Amino acid sequence: MTEFDEIDLALLRLLADDATQSAGALGREVGLSQPAAWRRIKRLTDHGVIAGRRLDLDREALGFGVTVFLGVKLATKGRVSLDDFERAVSAIPEVQTVEHVLGLYDYRLRVVARDISDFERVLRRRIMTMPGVGDVEANVLLSEERRPGPI
Amino acid sequence: MLDDLDRRILRQMQADPTLGGSELADRVGLSAARLSRRVERLRDQKILRGPRAVINWRALGYEVEVSLRVTLDKTQPRAFDDFIDAARDIREVIEIQTFVGRVDVRLSVIARDMPHYQGIYRDQILALPHIADIEALMHVARIKSDESLPL
Repeated sequence: MTEFDEIDLALLRLLADDATQSAGALGREVGLSQPAAWRRIKRLTDHGVIAGRRLDLDREALGFGVTVFLGVKLATKGRVSLDDFERAVSAIPEVQTVEHVLGLYDYRLRVVARDISDFERVLRRRIMTMPGVGDVEANVLLSEERRPGPI
Repeated sequence: MLDDLDRRILRQMQADPTLGGSELADRVGLSAARLSRRVERLRDQKILRGPRAVINWRALGYEVEVSLRVTLDKTQPRAFDDFIDAARDIREVIEIQTFVGRVDVRLSVIARDMPHYQGIYRDQILALPHIADIEALMHVARIKSDESLPL
């Protein structure tokens, strides 16, 4: 595995907060010249440490008042292809994330909706109708905090 | 309030957060000046933040990700506050979410490997206050992760 030092991680922390900052501005923060900062950012990107960029939108202001996490257990494993399930569930626009997990559930879905009745519509018409869906548990998100992590 | 044009801008930015100003202006059919006024207003209203860099922890050597679903002892009036305050001090916790439902709090924990995870779990997670029950889901794969809103 490629090694990254403290300065790389400091750059990563700054980019995870705001990826629009220029290499010059980032360099000043960590005590590097613009070209040196640029080379390090390129290296982080080339090694896949920076997996991409994501907008941070205010869901509530945009009319999405409800976020629900669903734990989904497949009812008929073996008969339903995981690929088919993953493809179908990923195509639902309200489904923001799909994670394959081991434990009580097979999949963990993050679903966004305008309100609870809109969520009910998504759940009944789109998710419960998919082949192989068994037990489903819903938890409504109240608050969420992303932490910087071990960097 | 937001109008259709704002939504169109956000939709395009969300689909490709790396788009430059002039290309984005072309796609939404605005002059660069009008686009930048719109984008600035969305940023002032804090509807639009970022883009932020998405960190691929695996590329940094964190091979294990576990989702811990925690039920708290709600007879303790400060159960949520105490638990969350203490969880913030664990560096490997990258996400803290609270819910209405069967689960009270969920922590995303990353670790380099299973022995490392076991250490974090025993020494830090189990030491968190007011835990009534913990369930673990082991992360296998991320199928969809763009977290796009269906704007």
